[in-house]
Parts: sequence; structure tokens; C-alpha cells
Amino acid sequence: MRVNGATRTGSPEARKTLADFLRDDLDLTGTHLGCEHGVCGACTVIVDGRAVRSCLMLAVQAAGSEVTTIEGLAPDGGMGTLQQAMWDSHSFQCGFCTPGFVMQATAFLGDHPDADEQQIREALSGNICRCTGYQSIIDGVLLAAERNRSGQH
Amino acid sequence: MKLPPFDYEAPQTVSEAVELLAEHGDEASVLAGGQSLIPLLALRLARPAMLIDINGVRDLPGVSATDGWLAIGAMTREYAAEESETVADAVPLLAAALPLIGHEAIRSRGTIGGSLAHADPAGELPAVARALDAQFVVRGPAGMRVIPAEEWFEGFLTTSRGPDELLVEVRFPTAGPGTGVSFQEVARRHGDFAIVGLAASLTLSDGVISDARLAFAGLSDVPLRATAAEELLAGQRPSAELFDEAARRATDDADPPADLQGSSEYRKTVAAALVRRGLRAAADHSQATERQ
Repeated sequence: MRVNGATRTGSPEARKTLADFLRDDLDLTGTHLGCEHGVCGACTVIVDGRAVRSCLMLAVQAAGSEVTTIEGLAPDGGMGTLQQAMWDSHSFQCGFCTPGFVMQATAFLGDHPDADEQQIREALSGNICRCTGYQSIIDGVLLAAERNRSGQH
Repeated sequence: MKLPPFDYEAPQTVSEAVELLAEHGDEASVLAGGQSLIPLLALRLARPAMLIDINGVRDLPGVSATDGWLAIGAMTREYAAEESETVADAVPLLAAALPLIGHEAIRSRGTIGGSLAHADPAGELPAVARALDAQFVVRGPAGMRVIPAEEWFEGFLTTSRGPDELLVEVRFPTAGPGTGVSFQEVARRHGDFAIVGLAASLTLSDGVISDARLAFAGLSDVPLRATAAEELLAGQRPSAELFDEAARRATDDADPPADLQGSSEYRKTVAAALVRRGLRAAADHSQATERQ
């Protein structure tokens, strides 16, 4: 598979999820595992352009796919527009759910650059945050959408 | 939890998949989108010895509308059906239900066939299939057979698919002129399982209801048709009083399950409210499609 633009290979056991393969075999520990059964959204990554739960996909099923994780969003430890906007909006506190929210919002804004608050709320409804009460997360995604539209960073 | 060990096969064709099912039967589970099966494995609620992964099977995804039927290949992803204009034009009730299934990331992987073969009675698609009398096409060692929705749903997470059969296609009748639809549900948050859901379809000709279809999600161990209410509605003109009476008839005999999210009585009250709302919305929608 290709992960964050690089070809990566492996021979995981069939029962290994994509999440565990990314974390344990490829050392990409930015993808977090919360519930491990598809409820919390923390492990969301982008596979072939769509947000998916990496705990609900086997690693072997990603063979030949293009996978993007939180590490692949911006080069050299920098931050992309969405990440910066969420930083500026104090979107997160403890940070555990952060990669899932960022990946889900990245996929969603890619398809819906003009999304309004309600659409963003629905798109992020599958991700759980136990710190913020969500408002600051929504604010961050709205700010990113606005910055994307006006060409700001 | 991590998934328990299992043997894994990834057939490339329907015939190979059916051969594997014939060989392993009850010991095997079919892995489609995995959005229900993988959680069941993680929670140890399912312990199949083998997973037969049909994600690589050719010809299983795809949507086509011909001769009054919309045929959806079992491995069609929910997001693909949601984005399909063919689906929206041919079966608007299905199009109305699709965005309510799980969350965005779930619909990226989840499939139409997987959801209907899993047969969760709180799911949206089983209610739509039951309301519209969808047909289920399965392939087994003995060949194909077509199962009507009425016979497909046998109980909680149980269908009439044999252990050696593979669901390959689901057919929905296409909506005729004057048909208005609505999918209503009450859930704790968008994307959660519905506490109660309702698939509603009304066909009006010259202002009179010629066909009424109502099916509930979450009221029983199978999606539940409200036949008494449907019979009441047929031949009548839409009115608030009629819809009130339909809501009573639809829920009179219901004995919904109780859980943390709602008591049986609460579910019944919600179900009646959804009938009123759903019928009103379907009637409005019908008038809009009649004018087209």
C-alpha cells in the first residue's frame, strides 16, 4: 500500500486491523485507538480519498490502497490550514481524539469546501471528544473552511 | 479489543465465494464492508473460524435501473449509493434513508448487501426494504433464488439466507409518478442507531392515496410493516385526522423493546409521532412529484 505518499509493505496476520498495522508495523502512532470497535472515531484515516475507521478495516484489505494518516497532512512537522485553524480556535484539550477529528474534517472539507455549521456538525458526529464540548472543534473547522475559500493559510 | 484469530480467504468471483461457503457453512462469516461484523469480532459476539472477504469479488458492486426495478449489487458501498443519481431518481425512499446510516466514515466502507444481510432491526435499510417489498437475490451451490423481503427478515440479525448462500443483489421497485416518500427517525445524535425509525411511501393519484407503505425500524426483532394503517390509508384523501388515525392503528398492537435509550411506552409514542410526521412529509413530497 502507499502510506502518506510512500510505498510500504508488510505481511500482517489477517486479523490485524489497519490501525494496528499503521501503529505497530509502520510506527505511525499519530493514529489513535480509542474504542477499537468503530464507535469513537479516533482512528479515522483517509483511504483512497474517503474517511474510514482504521479499526474496522483489516490491514490486508488496504493492499494496493492510498492511505493518508495525520502524519501525512503537512510536511516536516508543520501544520496544514485545517490544523492551524484548529490550533488558533483552541479546538482540543487532551488531544487523544484529535487525529480522528482532523482526518474526518480533512476528508469532509475536501468534498464540501462550502460546508456550513450544521453540515460540519453532522460530518463530525461520529467522532467523540470528552474534553471540549465540541464547539471549539466546529469553530476550528469553520475557520479552516473560511481560510481555504479566501486562500489564506 | 483486538480481533480473535480466524482463517481468511479473499475470493475473486461469486462462484469461488459460494464454493467456500459450501465448504465451510456455519463456520464461516462473509466479510463485506465490515462495519458491523468487525465490531462483533472485537467484542467477541461473533467467533467465526473463517472470514470470506468478498471485497475483491468482481461484479458485486454496481447500480442499474431497468423494467421498474433498481438492482443494487450487494457490495455497493453506502456512500456510492448515496451519491448515485440513479438511486435518487428510481427509489427516493432509499435515497432518503442512506444519509442516516451510521456516520460518514461508516458509509465509506459499509455496503447495501452487508447491512441487509446483517439485518439489524434498528437499521434503516431493512425498514426501507420491507416497506418497498424489495427482493433479495442469493447464489448458492444449487443456483440462484429470489427471496421477497417479507420472508428475508426472520428474526434479530437473522435472515432466510442459507449458510451456503451469498447475497449478490437487492432489487427495489422504482417509484411511480405521484409517489412521495419520507424516512423519519429519532436518535440520540445524528448517525446513531435510531430509537425508532419509519420508512413511509404514499402514492397519490387525483388527490387520493392509491398505495401506502409504512415500515418501522426499532419496534420489533424484524422491520415491522404497519399493514392496518396502510389499509386505512388506501382510497382516502390525505388529512391530519386521517394521519392521526393511521398513527393509532400503526402502533396499537406494537410491543416495542425497552432499553437504556427508551422504554417500550416511549418508543410507542415516538412511533406514532413519526407516522404523523412521515405521512405529512410523504404527502407533501407526493404533491411535488405529481406536478413534475
